Amino acid sequence: MSAVNRNKRDGRNRARFASGHAATVLRLVFSLAITFFGLLLVTFLIGRVLPIDPVLAAVGDRAPQAVYDRVREEMGLNLPLWQQFFIYISNVLQGNFGQSVLTSNSVLDDIKRVFPATLELATLATIIGVLLGIPAGVFAAINKGKWPDHVVRVIGLAGYSMPIFWLGLMGLLVFYMKLDWVAGPGRLDSFYVDFIEPTTGLMLVDTLIEGDMDLFWNAVSHIILPASILAYFSLAYIARMTRSFMLEQLSQEYILTARVKGISEHRIIWRHALGNVMVPLVTVIALSYANLLEGSVLTEIIFAWPGLGLYITNSLLNADMNAVLGGTIVVGAVFIGVNMLSDVLYRLLDPRARR
Amino acid sequence: MSSETLLSVKNLEVTFNTPKGDVHAVRGVSFDLGRERLGIVGESGSGKSQTGRAILGLTAANGKITADQLKFHDVDLANLTPKQWRKVRGARISMIMQDPKYSLNPVMTIGDQIIEAYREHHKVNAKEARHRAIDMLDAVKIRDPERVFNSYPHEVSGGMGQRVMIAMMLIPDPELIIADEPTSALDVTVQLQVMAILDDLVRDRGMALIFISHDLQLVSSFCDRVLVMYQGHVVEEIKASALHEAKHPYTKGLLNCLPKMDGDHSDLPILEREASWAEG
Repeated sequence: MSAVNRNKRDGRNRARFASGHAATVLRLVFSLAITFFGLLLVTFLIGRVLPIDPVLAAVGDRAPQAVYDRVREEMGLNLPLWQQFFIYISNVLQGNFGQSVLTSNSVLDDIKRVFPATLELATLATIIGVLLGIPAGVFAAINKGKWPDHVVRVIGLAGYSMPIFWLGLMGLLVFYMKLDWVAGPGRLDSFYVDFIEPTTGLMLVDTLIEGDMDLFWNAVSHIILPASILAYFSLAYIARMTRSFMLEQLSQEYILTARVKGISEHRIIWRHALGNVMVPLVTVIALSYANLLEGSVLTEIIFAWPGLGLYITNSLLNADMNAVLGGTIVVGAVFIGVNMLSDVLYRLLDPRARR
Repeated sequence: MSSETLLSVKNLEVTFNTPKGDVHAVRGVSFDLGRERLGIVGESGSGKSQTGRAILGLTAANGKITADQLKFHDVDLANLTPKQWRKVRGARISMIMQDPKYSLNPVMTIGDQIIEAYREHHKVNAKEARHRAIDMLDAVKIRDPERVFNSYPHEVSGGMGQRVMIAMMLIPDPELIIADEPTSALDVTVQLQVMAILDDLVRDRGMALIFISHDLQLVSSFCDRVLVMYQGHVVEEIKASALHEAKHPYTKGLLNCLPKMDGDHSDLPILEREASWAEG
């Protein structure tokens, strides 16, 4: 084969590859739009069928009828439902989720404030969970039925069955009160709170941007305990799934092929088997990450963590519908986003899924 | 048959410990192998595949191998550490697996898998290894080796996959190849092509071959000598050219199962088995 020919063919392949990608991206965007539309429709309908009168919530129950009627008209609630939905969609697409009755800020501003707190916590927890959970699962699988396997299973089972609020309180009691290894509730010591200008809203990133290492380590010391506790739960789940995926892969024929070739056990496990385990595992990790991004109410309450879970729960308890719906849309969008991300990773990891 | 003995197996037994009790898969198999092509024939469960795996020390974890002798040259295969095994597997004894659909890693490119086999035993740089791998793909008569090199196993056909398998197992230049039903998963039309490629390479490189199959006819046309196994025993050992002189009723039965072009076209005889054969 001549070099010219080869180049021509490579070019053609690349073109085919690129157009294939464009089609995939287009399909992805389309399915994303449909899903998001469905999400908006459902949240809108929930907002309308709930027996909470948004007008009453805004004006109070002692307002005269005339005021009530005027506000109702201002809110567009006298319009037909489809028109209301249309307005709702165009508002949401412009980032307008309405005002929060409880905080009297716009819901978008509130979410911009609380979501990074949850994002930071969930991301750190997932990173810890993945970094410890996968090796633990692999370790258990290759020692199936022996003591390391039992240890991992007991740890996993404990992680599954311990109530998180109890674990959180015990963690605070031991590591904060008794040992004083970590800082207490909140994202920073109250002394530091006003020192930092939110750029990304992620405390660890913002403090690094400002180059203030004292603040950074303070933030680390605050986040490490709640993140570890959340990580424990995702670790338990990831380790269990890794173990069972690993056992399945290790019994496949291609593992025997690799052994015939004389490859080291280390490489067989971490390259051959884990390469295949990662395919289903990506979905598992993505779902556990999405669950954490929803905000874990109990952890956020115990650690006074001003996150999304706490915000939505407070809004719900106070019948602050705009905030609840706004929060729901964010949670839904996060789920859609993480699912899409796991789809993309899935394609990267499994050549059979690339079409 | 050459005088030099490559592999010597005496009284090989493979026993599996299962919840239902011990299963004796191989019971007292003995043979010597020179630089020749030996066929092992038998039905499913006759222990032919387990014999092959025992030679590579790849019996499943619940299985136990015992033998009076299991020697490859002067290497005692019965007492090797995992590290010593890795110097034997691939480099000196290799095995071609049955079905490329399952025996190739689905998430690694074909090229990477071949290179891995080569570089495990030969210290060469990546460029040289790539060059070798493409040459090897060419040697198994793959028309567009560069494309196949960059493909994933699901992107090639079964016959092509099995050629890749042959390339991968032959590239470190082992002295003995065990081919465990290498064509059983393939279309009949492709079977002979693949066998011919394997046969050519084995002859050219002076390798010894153990060809495990249930297909007596195929085995006899590619081997010098045939072992017929039944329920873990070798019931007959015979030269491939002298198959028609087979004495054991089981071997005769297998031969009679084949339809003959000029024979009568009534029902084929059913293979009859006697319990005494299993006592060897």
